[in-house]
Amino acid sequence: MTESSPARRRGNGVFVLACLLPALVLFAVFMIVPTLNVFRMSLYTWSGFSPDMRFVGLGNFARLLDDAQFVRAFQNTVALLVVVTVVTMGTGLFLAAIMTRQRLRGRTVYRFVLYVPSVLSVVVIAAIFSAIFDQKNGLLNGTLRLLSLDGLQQIWLGDQQLVLWSVAIAMVWQSLGYYMVLYMSGMASIPEEIYEASALDGASAGRQFFAITLPLIWQNLRTTLTFFVMSAVNLSFVLVRAMTGGGPDGSSEVLLSYMYKQAYTNSSYGYGMAIGVAVFAFSFFVSLLVSRATRREPLQF
Amino acid sequence: MTTIKRAGRPLTYVLVTAIALAIAVPVGWVLLASLKEKGEFYGSPWTLPEGLHLQNYADAFVTARMGQYFFTSVLVTVLGLVFVVAVSVPAAYVIARYEFRGRGLVELAMLAGLFVNVNYIVVPIFLMLVGWDRALAGVFPDGFFIDNPGVLSLVYAATSIPFTIYLLTAYFRSIPADYEEAAALDGASRLQVMVRVMLPMARPALTTVILFNFLAYWNDFIIALTLLPGEGKTLQVGLLNLMTAQKAAADYGRLYAGMVIVIVPVLVLYALIQRRLIEGMASGGVKG
Repeated sequence: MTESSPARRRGNGVFVLACLLPALVLFAVFMIVPTLNVFRMSLYTWSGFSPDMRFVGLGNFARLLDDAQFVRAFQNTVALLVVVTVVTMGTGLFLAAIMTRQRLRGRTVYRFVLYVPSVLSVVVIAAIFSAIFDQKNGLLNGTLRLLSLDGLQQIWLGDQQLVLWSVAIAMVWQSLGYYMVLYMSGMASIPEEIYEASALDGASAGRQFFAITLPLIWQNLRTTLTFFVMSAVNLSFVLVRAMTGGGPDGSSEVLLSYMYKQAYTNSSYGYGMAIGVAVFAFSFFVSLLVSRATRREPLQF
Repeated sequence: MTTIKRAGRPLTYVLVTAIALAIAVPVGWVLLASLKEKGEFYGSPWTLPEGLHLQNYADAFVTARMGQYFFTSVLVTVLGLVFVVAVSVPAAYVIARYEFRGRGLVELAMLAGLFVNVNYIVVPIFLMLVGWDRALAGVFPDGFFIDNPGVLSLVYAATSIPFTIYLLTAYFRSIPADYEEAAALDGASRLQVMVRVMLPMARPALTTVILFNFLAYWNDFIIALTLLPGEGKTLQVGLLNLMTAQKAAADYGRLYAGMVIVIVPVLVLYALIQRRLIEGMASGGVKG
């Protein structure tokens, strides 16, 4: 009754506003404005600190196409995306199926250990992998020496052909456990009776995986796949920034690390932001593509 | 058929164990290496440390300033969590429970915010703060916004608002309205209902967002690297510098000790709350 009286309703409005305003102001100042600025700045040439800001329209974007370093960073990003996605998701799914279906002894210990990289910072992971890949005193080359496989020793982070794959290994190492746990929780909700019935019909574990598990967590899989594209673009940047700095000679440069370099090292803020817009459009496009390509009738149980 | 099954089980153990070892061995190796003396880093990396060379830790804490950076990280993380909870809880509560004009728009903005990653907007945020500093040069000649841990934590809080509100709103909606009505009948004000009735009930969701935001703030280094370019650094940026310095000097002890200083607090926390963390992830706390 009192709710409908005018005085109460105004009090309502004040309360709502007081609750919302701090969050909205923070969100607007540090997220909406900067996001709009990325797009606006991409249309200018600007060194950042000088007042000299020249409007060039889509000029920055036209320049991207002729920039060999950008093209290389683009190729590296795509290569990392494809390889890391396939390996991480494939292995993650497989491990999750084993852990939920086979009831391994010590399951909780395995899950605990595999999730550890997800709580570590990217700098720590970069430091760990620098130590593993270190040419002289690293764990990897040291092990190869120990096994008398000296011929297989490599300059993991200094070789233009190898450095990208070394980064890919670190990325998989970081995200495998996270996705495994995610799939495990999806698979845990599949009713046991379905498996029992199919086992009576003589279905093998492998058959069950493809005929039951995979279709039933398909929606879960779709979401993570879309999500993976976004996070892999970001992870590759942070890892490259901490681990290789894009080197040697740009051979491990990825899109966002190139953006960062153009902005801070080269003071080409406008050009850097054009790269940012391109990356955003790219990851948005890939997500859309993935979501389209994996569309199925949702199955229920 | 049966032979495959019989061979399959040990094989899965071998496989899972191998993957678990691939994760545990490097982390354990770092812990061991942090106790080695300089001379022990040459030769095989598989040798155990000869003694407990704790000097590495003293060097890391004092000479490499990791102790000081540790303090900055704690400050920034705690402040960030306080900010984000203080602004997100009321906002999420109101979005979940009140009818008001523009609610749909606010919800849409928050949803869109989930897709804006900080890595894209860190450059404009930096330039904006530099601009504010220049505008206020008369009042603060040394600058105020850049190199300010308080501002850094405010940026952390702001960028995690969409995720936090998203999770809290969903949780508030799942709480029956009867509790609020009962409290209102007993004469509680709107504020009292929110703080004394709803907040305690939302504790599980609150714990989840605090956990995930803690990890995000504590582990961040790109924003900290950009917004604290001066002497005061966070632990992650300090470790990055230590990495560059120690590699150039081929002196690894301090670096490994520094890594342990960064790793151990998160590992301890993770061990304590792993169940919570993993359940939180399953309940929609997905964040990358």
